[in-house]
Amino acid sequence: MSRNYIKELLKPLRESKVVGGFLRWLKPAGSVDTAGVWDGENKAPATRNGVAQYSTGVRKVTLIPGHGIGPEITVAVQKIFEAAKVPIEWDEVDVTAVRGPDGKFGIPQKAIDSVNANKIGLKGPLMTPVGKGYRSLNLALRKEFDLYANVRPCKSLDGIKTLYDNVDVVTIRENTEGEYSGIEHEIVDGVVQSIKLITEEASKRVAEFAFQFARDNKRKKVTAVHKANIMRMSDGLFLRCCRELATKYPDIKFEERYLDTVCLNMVQDPSKFDVLVMPNLYGDIMSDMCSGLVGGLGLTPSGNIGKNGALFESVHGTAPDIAGKDMANPTALLLSAIMMLRHLQLNEHADRVQNACYAVLREGKSLTGDLGGTGKCSEFTNAIISKL
Amino acid sequence: MSLISRNIFRALVQGSQHVSKGVHTSAVNTKENVCFAPQSISTLQPNASKEGRIKCTLIPGDGVGPELVYSVQEVFKAAGIPVDFESFFFSEVNPTLSAPLEDVVNSITRNKICIKGILATPDFSHTGELQTLNMKLRNALDLYANVVHVKSLPNVKCRHHDVDCIIIREQTEGEYSALEHESVPGVVECLKIITAAKSERIAKFAFDYAVKMGRKKVTAVHKANIMKLGDGLFLRSCEEMAKLYPRIQFEKMIVDNCTMQMVSNPNQFDVMVTPNLYGNIVDNLASGLVGGAGVVAGASYSAECAVFEQGARHIFSGAVGKNIANPTAMLLCSANLLSHVNLPKYSRMIKNAINTVLKDGKVRTKDLGGQSTTKDFTYAVIHCLS
Repeated sequence: MSRNYIKELLKPLRESKVVGGFLRWLKPAGSVDTAGVWDGENKAPATRNGVAQYSTGVRKVTLIPGHGIGPEITVAVQKIFEAAKVPIEWDEVDVTAVRGPDGKFGIPQKAIDSVNANKIGLKGPLMTPVGKGYRSLNLALRKEFDLYANVRPCKSLDGIKTLYDNVDVVTIRENTEGEYSGIEHEIVDGVVQSIKLITEEASKRVAEFAFQFARDNKRKKVTAVHKANIMRMSDGLFLRCCRELATKYPDIKFEERYLDTVCLNMVQDPSKFDVLVMPNLYGDIMSDMCSGLVGGLGLTPSGNIGKNGALFESVHGTAPDIAGKDMANPTALLLSAIMMLRHLQLNEHADRVQNACYAVLREGKSLTGDLGGTGKCSEFTNAIISKL
Repeated sequence: MSLISRNIFRALVQGSQHVSKGVHTSAVNTKENVCFAPQSISTLQPNASKEGRIKCTLIPGDGVGPELVYSVQEVFKAAGIPVDFESFFFSEVNPTLSAPLEDVVNSITRNKICIKGILATPDFSHTGELQTLNMKLRNALDLYANVVHVKSLPNVKCRHHDVDCIIIREQTEGEYSALEHESVPGVVECLKIITAAKSERIAKFAFDYAVKMGRKKVTAVHKANIMKLGDGLFLRSCEEMAKLYPRIQFEKMIVDNCTMQMVSNPNQFDVMVTPNLYGNIVDNLASGLVGGAGVVAGASYSAECAVFEQGARHIFSGAVGKNIANPTAMLLCSANLLSHVNLPKYSRMIKNAINTVLKDGKVRTKDLGGQSTTKDFTYAVIHCLS
């Protein structure tokens, strides 16, 4: 960690500022523009939005172990981080649904307070009970913290055999509106109308996030995935917002592709794509498809970035059948945690843990059952720790 | 003289085929001269002319469409297939030259069959219209079911092998309803309409198709966990229909999981039934698995007519005039068309020729890793006709 950076952390005013003019349009006209920090290479990195700072350099992170295999894999991640001496303090909360004052089941207030205070969280898989009155906890968390962008890097891992090599795609998905607006009604019997909602505000902020992400991560190209030939107004609006933002990032190549074309080309030659930005449903489909290319949800990290914080999670299921048997694969959660470290700009630690993880996967000795190995979750964890 | 005798023979074959289709008796084959009676033919096959020739509407489409259609025509000519084309230039990107929608619709309604290149759909319309020409044509003809048979072809190098699934897509409602409005500036609402009637219709079509093709399983693709009412209705309709077909296994799958399964293990799928947009996604994805847009044939059906077009709809505008597009998909479409109008002999002839050319592997278009042109491929197919 550079001295410069610590100095930067100490600046009391920094906390309210955001990366490179992030959400600039939301700010009152008089506020300070931080876009300038990105102009020169020598300048200190600005802090990420929503990151709580401590002068000691130790970050407090909310940890939501989740259900099923969740607790095992979070313990694995905690162990690895401890061994790697990552300056993170975990604040563990339980988000098992409790009945709120409105009679509905929701996230307990304690968890909300914790994430609000820490601004950053790591979450294992959650199970939403089937039945009326339960909202999806994932959805509730997304809503609560206004996590508008879902980022999923899909990268081919050495040692994991799939039919596709050299996949290196990041899908960025608008997370708050679109097809998942949840507005639906039955007009007459047997005729249902679902509303897909696209707003300029949400489209612009996810587009801006995508371009900023591309720049921060030294990516070359952003592809807007849309279906504006069919949904001319709604996807048209999304596309227009992307085009507008593209003009502000001349260093990033911008292209637009139809959803069906992307699907077709992706399975033929995934190396054609770099960063993809898209509305909610398309993002949902594409991100899962891309994880399929690299070996499934057990290997893909995911991060949700919001105005008030960021939540990193593993997107696989709770796998209740193997829960408690020390058979789960913690890779997805570990990679998500590494993404979190990068978000916190703890890049050195992130690299160390990542290299260890990749090395273990490459060796292929202690892989868990889902990857065709016979290793246990604890063996896998120890193998990574020994590589640190 | 030889020409005449060949024509007579062809008329005989034709006639017997039409009669046997209409009457479904084996007796007619014994007295073949019956089929020379023109009235009987015209009543059985309304679009067949007196000589037993069949009329087919032809829409070349945009992009490489005209080149591919030309290839089909060449093959038909060389094989002496008794099909006459009624050609219409129909295009949204070139509205001034385009034939009026009514004419095209009338022609297809009359002929009952059509072979169609892909129409380009621009992102905007000069008149501010939300419906694309494709949608208008589908709605006018009520082409509700799109069937894409994705099958690995011999000697086409792909990551996946032995893919063989049929994707059935509802294509008159859902996301493609073209009902959109801007409530306030910067906020757009787009309506997705799902109706019980159309969901049941497509579900029935899918199960009937599965039975007809001797398939074992139907998978409904949905997103009912999020769109509980809309996709829920679709899913319910499929579930209800599944009860009427106890011999066909029924399975449901969420669309994102479906795409993931598709890229990792496509062999598990048999027949899939999907609402509009998901169908579009799965069609293209599956086409990508077996070699791309140039090798997958599809067809759209209404209760009355059938439109044969490529399975993955891409105009491939980058290849216009370069003579590099792969005509395989279009030729397969034409072969399907021939078996649809009960000319199975010719259909097999074309399919066998395509298979032979692909198996030889000497003539490959660029998308399959070769350097041959569209024309080379067409002539290779013609050469293999037997």
